[in-house]
Amino acid sequence: MATYDFLFDTLGLRAWCDGGKTSTAPSSMAELLAATGTQKQTSLLDLPFPSLNELNKACKAFVQSRDVTNGVEDGFIAIKGVLRFVLDPLTQPLSWMLNGTLAAFEAIPWFLLLPALALLTYFASKSIRLVGFVIICLLLLSVVDLYGHAMQTLAIIFVCAFLCVLFGVPIGISMSRSDRLQGAITPILDMLQTLPPFVYLIPLIFLFSVTEPKLYGIAIILYAIVPVIRLTNLGIRLVDKDVIEAAESFGMTDRQKLFGVQIPLALPNIMAGVNQTIMMSLAMVVIASLVSAPGLGVLVLRGIRNLELGVGLLSGLGIVLLAIMLDRVTKAALNRVNAAQKR
Amino acid sequence: MIQISIRKLYKIFGADPQSALRHIMDGMSKADLLKLNGHVLGLRDINIDMREGEITVIMGLSGSGKSTLIRHLNRLIEPTSGEIHVDGEDVLAYDESRLRDLRRQVMSMVFQKFALLPHRTVAENAGTTLEVRGVTKREYLAEADRWLNRVGLHGYANHYPHQLSGGMQQRVGIARALTSNSPIMLMDEAFSALDPLIRTDMQDLLLELQTELHKTIVFITHDLDEALKLADHLVILKDGGIVQQGDPQNILLNPGDRYIEDFVSDINRARVLRVRSIMVPLDGRSLPTDADGKADHDDTLESMIARSGGDTSHRYIVMKDNAPVGTLDMKDLVKALVPRMASAGEDSRGAGSVRKEL
Repeated sequence: MATYDFLFDTLGLRAWCDGGKTSTAPSSMAELLAATGTQKQTSLLDLPFPSLNELNKACKAFVQSRDVTNGVEDGFIAIKGVLRFVLDPLTQPLSWMLNGTLAAFEAIPWFLLLPALALLTYFASKSIRLVGFVIICLLLLSVVDLYGHAMQTLAIIFVCAFLCVLFGVPIGISMSRSDRLQGAITPILDMLQTLPPFVYLIPLIFLFSVTEPKLYGIAIILYAIVPVIRLTNLGIRLVDKDVIEAAESFGMTDRQKLFGVQIPLALPNIMAGVNQTIMMSLAMVVIASLVSAPGLGVLVLRGIRNLELGVGLLSGLGIVLLAIMLDRVTKAALNRVNAAQKR
Repeated sequence: MIQISIRKLYKIFGADPQSALRHIMDGMSKADLLKLNGHVLGLRDINIDMREGEITVIMGLSGSGKSTLIRHLNRLIEPTSGEIHVDGEDVLAYDESRLRDLRRQVMSMVFQKFALLPHRTVAENAGTTLEVRGVTKREYLAEADRWLNRVGLHGYANHYPHQLSGGMQQRVGIARALTSNSPIMLMDEAFSALDPLIRTDMQDLLLELQTELHKTIVFITHDLDEALKLADHLVILKDGGIVQQGDPQNILLNPGDRYIEDFVSDINRARVLRVRSIMVPLDGRSLPTDADGKADHDDTLESMIARSGGDTSHRYIVMKDNAPVGTLDMKDLVKALVPRMASAGEDSRGAGSVRKEL
């Protein structure tokens, strides 16, 4: 006697219930108790929510909740082969890029790589103070033998951030031109941003081998691409309507308008999106190390696993230092872009 | 020669303008239409002819539809019904590429809030109208320089818009429109955002340029003094419809209805009215022998009052291009200083009466 028996009896579905297939799940506690005849007294306050499990107790034709989760898994495993076939070649370039950049950063000796990074900082920010800050940070990391790991992390961040911008900006531009597209993509972005990264690591591990770099590459890109898409879309939509009207009145084509007016004026917002994307890539570093990414994340994990406080904290601080460096440099580049556009 | 011709233009804003149009054609008012289905009547039955080489001023209060009207000319807004002919061709039938050509080469626009591109220099901004046509950078910068000098911005070519004052930014806007060398210039309240002294300078600049270039200018404003100073042809809009249009002097002397009377009641008639509007044409009569002097047909009444010393018995011969065309009696002049009432028999109306809320 289950609580919701009355529902099916009154609806006249008793025959359908008992005649349908029985659940393949093993007996639940309630069923065993019912079989022995010991039924505890239930009052109205104990009325359970009519969930699948509850309804299943009353009517075997309803699936249980565990059948739903099993069904998702079975479905995924069924299409896994096809997905792999399609996605593997598409994502192979990502593996090549990651492997190539990691190899390059490891092959170039430190006395060439560190000055190269300093030069890059100067090129982006035109600020000697910032170059000095970056050099000091890199020296600090190298002195405590974190140079190798830090460079590996940097290599991964460069590749992933580059790809995020490469794909994110065009998606953002398309979203800004169509309200319907924005309505369709925004829920996906919401999901990517709030779904715990561990959760979408699970199907990724199913699809790609853990030894391949593209696994963590895709995980990082999925997590970090959201800010640049959102802010590109926002930046273009926020461009002054009067300037757009003027551009139209001079007979600009859509392309001229996009590259001549909309993108330049949206650039501060786009750069803010790039800055956030880089920060979020760094946030994923430790989780990426769970699935074989090299770099500072590996040391953090080691610290957690072996309870080595010093190692964990120091490499964690190393990640923070990298984050501060990248944040300052991209902000300085952003300010240079803004200076040319102060209204 | 008529360059722009607008015929039976209607514009209704809303989800289903065509069905709202039927109501309007049946005579429904703007307020009633809004109450019925939330549609807004933007323009009602606009018919205007704009002549080549003239400045046509469209004026009205806020909400009268003047900005909507000017945006129909280059189809930044599409009409609900009606026709617009430019140089004999129906602009509304243009496809995208011909419309683009129209905007690039036939018309140029100046905006109230300047609408300059903040990430480009002044010279690059002025050259935008040529750049969209594919002209090389060197050529369009040279042309832009020429026009920047002409509007008085010599030396500012490499500045950025945010470094310039409002008046200077609008000069860049005007230079930008002039660089395209288009025969038609649309100016949407171009001077409304400027302070009064700068505004006078810009109006003088525009008139000076017009004597050289003879462009067909369509000018929107809500300032009556500006309209009277600039207009060759004046159109007054109210709630989307034309109340009166014609020669500005004529509108002053013969206001069509109470609305126009109220509109023009505050202006300095002595400074605005010209001798040619008041004079009695010669029509073959012989010249009077007792004239006190000669007056030019374009002289203001104010200057004539000063010349006559306030003596209403004086008479003058009116000259145009060194030939006599009429006579001016100071008594007629003084009578013209008082606004004429469109509605006869209302003696109580005067300076102290209550103004209708427009």
